[in-house]
Amino acid sequence: MAPIASKLYTDDVSLVVLLLDTNPYFWTSSSSSSLSFSHFISHVLSFVNSILLLNQLNQVVIIATGHNTCGYIYDSSLSSVSSSISANESSGDAKMPAFCSEVLKSLEDFVKNDESLSSVDAGNGVGSSLLSGSLSMALCYVQRVFRTGPLHPQPRILCLHGSPDGPEQYVAVMNSIFSAQRSMVPVDSCVIGAQHSAFLQQASYITGGVYLKPQYLDGLFQYLSTVFATDLHSRKFIQLPKPVGVDFRASCFCHKNTIDMGYICSVCLSIFCMPHKKCSTCGSEYGQAQSDASTLSGQKRKEPS
Amino acid sequence: MNSGGETVVKRAKYKIAKAPGNSGILKMNAEEFAFSPNDPTSGPRLRVRFNTIGAHRVTKDGSKTALLNLLKKGEGSEGYIFEFENFSDRNICRDFVTNALERYSEVPKKDAEGPAQLSTEEMERRIKLLQEDSELMKLHKQLVIGGILTEDEFWATRKKLLDGGRKRTSSTQRVGFKSAMISDIKPLTDGRTNKVTFNLTPEIIHQIFAEKPAVHHAFLNYVPKKMSEKDFWTKYCRAEYLHSTKNAVAAAAEAAEDEDLAVFLKQDYILAGEARSKIRKVDPTLDMEADQGDDYTHLPDHGNARDGNKEIAESQTHYDQYKRNLMQDLNRHAAVVLEGRTLDVVTGDTRTVAEALARTKQVELANDTSEKNNNQERLNRVCRMTEIEDLQATREPPVAPLCIKDPRDYFYSQQANALKTLGDAAFGAGYVKCHVSKQEAYTCLRESISDIKSVGLQTSIIKAEVAFKVLNSLTHNISSTKYNLGRNNQETVLDRLPSRTRDDLLNHWTSIQELLKHFWSSYPINTDHLSIKVDRLKDAMAGIYPKLQEIKESVQSDLRHQVSLLVQPMVQALDAAFAHYDANLQKRRAKSGKNGSI
Ligand SMILES: [Zn+2]
Ligand SMILES: [Zn+2]
Repeated sequence: MAPIASKLYTDDVSLVVLLLDTNPYFWTSSSSSSLSFSHFISHVLSFVNSILLLNQLNQVVIIATGHNTCGYIYDSSLSSVSSSISANESSGDAKMPAFCSEVLKSLEDFVKNDESLSSVDAGNGVGSSLLSGSLSMALCYVQRVFRTGPLHPQPRILCLHGSPDGPEQYVAVMNSIFSAQRSMVPVDSCVIGAQHSAFLQQASYITGGVYLKPQYLDGLFQYLSTVFATDLHSRKFIQLPKPVGVDFRASCFCHKNTIDMGYICSVCLSIFCMPHKKCSTCGSEYGQAQSDASTLSGQKRKEPS
Repeated sequence: MNSGGETVVKRAKYKIAKAPGNSGILKMNAEEFAFSPNDPTSGPRLRVRFNTIGAHRVTKDGSKTALLNLLKKGEGSEGYIFEFENFSDRNICRDFVTNALERYSEVPKKDAEGPAQLSTEEMERRIKLLQEDSELMKLHKQLVIGGILTEDEFWATRKKLLDGGRKRTSSTQRVGFKSAMISDIKPLTDGRTNKVTFNLTPEIIHQIFAEKPAVHHAFLNYVPKKMSEKDFWTKYCRAEYLHSTKNAVAAAAEAAEDEDLAVFLKQDYILAGEARSKIRKVDPTLDMEADQGDDYTHLPDHGNARDGNKEIAESQTHYDQYKRNLMQDLNRHAAVVLEGRTLDVVTGDTRTVAEALARTKQVELANDTSEKNNNQERLNRVCRMTEIEDLQATREPPVAPLCIKDPRDYFYSQQANALKTLGDAAFGAGYVKCHVSKQEAYTCLRESISDIKSVGLQTSIIKAEVAFKVLNSLTHNISSTKYNLGRNNQETVLDRLPSRTRDDLLNHWTSIQELLKHFWSSYPINTDHLSIKVDRLKDAMAGIYPKLQEIKESVQSDLRHQVSLLVQPMVQALDAAFAHYDANLQKRRAKSGKNGSI
């Protein structure tokens, strides 16, 4: 591999970080629907292949978003084999590009590892996958690329996600989204589950990426290649589907009512429809300094300056 | 502040035409001014109210006579001319008159009953405002010329605009010091004798006092006790001359003979003291060496040459104090110019200027208490800056750690609305029950992977008709407006509308706001005038409804929803006004009905 500085990175060279949802509970539950995991993987591998073929400097990194862990599955810049279809001596399996068997091998290892980390059955419900973790890994990778020098491919993140959002990951996911916004890395999302994802919708909205929930999952490859294959530079010239916009109105933490105006905790930004003495989210106590100042004369008095 | 009760009494001559004038006393208070001659038989007594005075004129400070001319309103040049004994008296009276006239120029506006009494000045101001602001002009045309509001009603809500204009014109800026340096005042020599002439104006003297505190101090000490003012300045000029010759040795010799002259020749000791105290305030940990790379003045061929001669650093320290440094002079001059003229005394009498300057200096010194605890602060800072981090105990973070009990609350607070926007009706039923065990789930996943491994990638991943379906639906979605909105964060809904529609909407919005402002401020209705005004406003507002409807219908169907979203708040605001109007009308009718029956 030639050193990075010697490569000629033009503004249409892409670094695509793919986040694959590998939550086993999601895939078993959705296998009855139009998209099975094996179909999904073959669509994705074809998509990866087409990105690598679009520009020989393009780079693809695949990160698996598991139920218990996340991990790098593939990095085209580290891959020793070329991505051409014909090169297929490495495995005795069916005919496919060499990089595909590499991906499948790592994916198998990853799933094994993910299973070993899982302690209990998911019980009822699909459960969420670790989106916050894989987003963070993707951003770390991008940051490392940024640090290699002024010349690097234009990074973007593409989430192929199906599991429902994990509310307990809210803070971590939002932090990742804002960090992506700060480093100007668009987060594209392609939602393959039954429901929309509020996380990904916000992520794409905030970072200026594309949010898409394909209607016909059996045509996933067509969606991927039509909407998500374009490099960032060329995106300026084409019309891509964009969501209607996010309704930023919030509902109060106390009653879940949608409110236009409310009270916000100055410490943790929790939203309430009425004033509280104490924040139920972070435990901060309000309104002491002013109302009690007159009664607690012996204690901290503001010194006349 | 000149309050209404204040009076000013000054000796002055009342002049009529070119006559020498009649000596007497001029008394002024907020309402009027009166002149009574010393000799009651010599001429007329005067008693004139300020509201008959239109303007005033004065002669320039330092000109032959200190005149104040109070011009009668309306007429051309006719006025009352007073000559004062000195300019400071005149200026006190001038400032007083300015204040009095300013007060009167505002009063008639309140008293005015109709637009007929509007002064031309006021009229011009309004016209100017309208010309400067095309939106205001449009509104004025629509509402005032359209007969919905009267001229006065329209401007009543814009007093600030009118006042703002007035203030800008009336207040004058104080003149600062000249930016030319005093040292630029070159002595004049006539070719034949050795005589050298310096030209010192009061202006220059003021500047010398400000820039050279030692000279200022010496002046206060010596004049007139020790020497006359003329001698003082002669000595000063002698010293300046010596400096201009750049002969430090000669200067030192002269200074040794005349200790008064030495004050001027040596470096300004007061400034030096100030400089020392300023240096003390500099952060003691400032690393000067770190900046040395930026300093190129020590390199050859850098630095300023003064009068063509380089100031070569000599080691003769004795003479150093008789040398001047251009940098220091320049800095001092710049500081004084930037500080501006702190006193407002007429630069006539040198002694008064010197004393006034001394007074302001004292006030400044008294205010500057920083010196006292300076030393302690310095020590503290040194301690803080030089502490070695490794040797310190670990410090608690200055902020309490944020402890969020359940981050899920944030998610639920936002999720509902975010998903509603996407029209995801099926969301509620979204949680698919999944009763597979961990083992089953992972096995299934692994089987899928080995499936592809054995089968390989499908030769055709996607069927042609599926691809076509996908392309079709994507193109359809993209071309519809729903997906165009929010494409660009900066783009607003207004930008998507045709410019005509947008302008119409904005115009209606401003005029509705204006009408509503007048409408709501008319309540409670306690005069007939207000009731007529409200009726007028109501009719005007009623006329807006069909216009809004018209706009809605004029746009294309895909934009209509956006336009109606924009129009809705306008309609709501109007509806609220109408509801109030009706309720109030009924109340008033009921009241008047009761009154009638009794
Ligand atoms: Zn509530
Ligand atoms: Zn809180």
